[in-house]
Amino acid sequence: MPEETNGLRLWEVFVQPRSGAPHEHAGSIRAANAEMALQHARDVYARRGPVVSLWVVPTDAIHATRPEDTGPFFDPADDKPYRHPLFYKVPHGIQNL
Amino acid sequence: MEPTLEGTVRKALFVYLLRLGDDALILGHRLSEWCGHGPYLEEDIALANLALDYLGHAEALLTLAGEIEGAGRTADDLAFRRDVLEFYNVHLVELPRGDFAFTIARQFLFSVYAHLLFAALRTSRFQPLAGIAAKAHKELTYHVRHSRTWMHCLGEGTEESHYRLQRALNVLWEYTGELFEVDDTLRVLMASSIAPDMAALYPQWKIQVESVIQQATLSIPEASPYRATGGRRGHHTEHLGHLLAEMQFLPRAYPDAKW
Repeated sequence: MPEETNGLRLWEVFVQPRSGAPHEHAGSIRAANAEMALQHARDVYARRGPVVSLWVVPTDAIHATRPEDTGPFFDPADDKPYRHPLFYKVPHGIQNL
Repeated sequence: MEPTLEGTVRKALFVYLLRLGDDALILGHRLSEWCGHGPYLEEDIALANLALDYLGHAEALLTLAGEIEGAGRTADDLAFRRDVLEFYNVHLVELPRGDFAFTIARQFLFSVYAHLLFAALRTSRFQPLAGIAAKAHKELTYHVRHSRTWMHCLGEGTEESHYRLQRALNVLWEYTGELFEVDDTLRVLMASSIAPDMAALYPQWKIQVESVIQQATLSIPEASPYRATGGRRGHHTEHLGHLLAEMQFLPRAYPDAKW
């Protein structure tokens, strides 16, 4: 069930500063529907600085990890240095790599 | 073509620029009254942004009016040192802000009008006005979109929001005729291709406005025997004096005060 207060839903706002760049999370706003969310996002996050595109996503459509997931999800990456490219030495004499 | 403006055209143009500038100034002030009182933070910001856009239009138009008049008056002089009878805005923009539905209904009716007008003014033979119109037209495109979205939200929202919006439309309807009045001042400018024929813009306004009203499940108000008029000649409702008393207080109490 979407969480609503006085008919307003929470939306996450993503702004793209220039064509080809990734949309980056800018913050959140409340709005009654998607069109209104875009307009509020424009007023709050796009009035200063260059923006070429805006995304709004209902906050409750985002499925996120919880704090207790941190260990099982992210710790295993710590002790496997061979997953990082710098782990490998480039042999002498290799060209055009 | 500015230097070659002959007397009657110049005089008409001065009045016309005051009319456009005063509409923007007074509506901008009415919108600014929402600052801190919006229904929720995001819409509060949206209304303040609209107000700033109109103040920007007013500044550009009144600055130009001062140049055309040639008496050395700045936009500030014209905004803050004229009295009620020297203002030429329509009654529609001076009515108190009312509830949120009233503000939205007025915003919708006015911005559809202004959007059509400034689209036409982009090809005005008076270049400085065409330049202002091109910039304002972009902002007005957004204003129409914003108020139209709210017309749908409130019209198709709850029983109460529908009722309040319909009530506002019914009150405001008789104030819309004034937007399309054609008088001698306008005819002079139409003949010089400086201003468009408002009577010709009216059918487009009517189609746009009525289609949104109907889509938003509202009823088109019945034509009233009373029709507001007089604003373009300096005759106003009792509300404008109160607005000016507040808006002009500081520059009148402290002439030439600087930030």
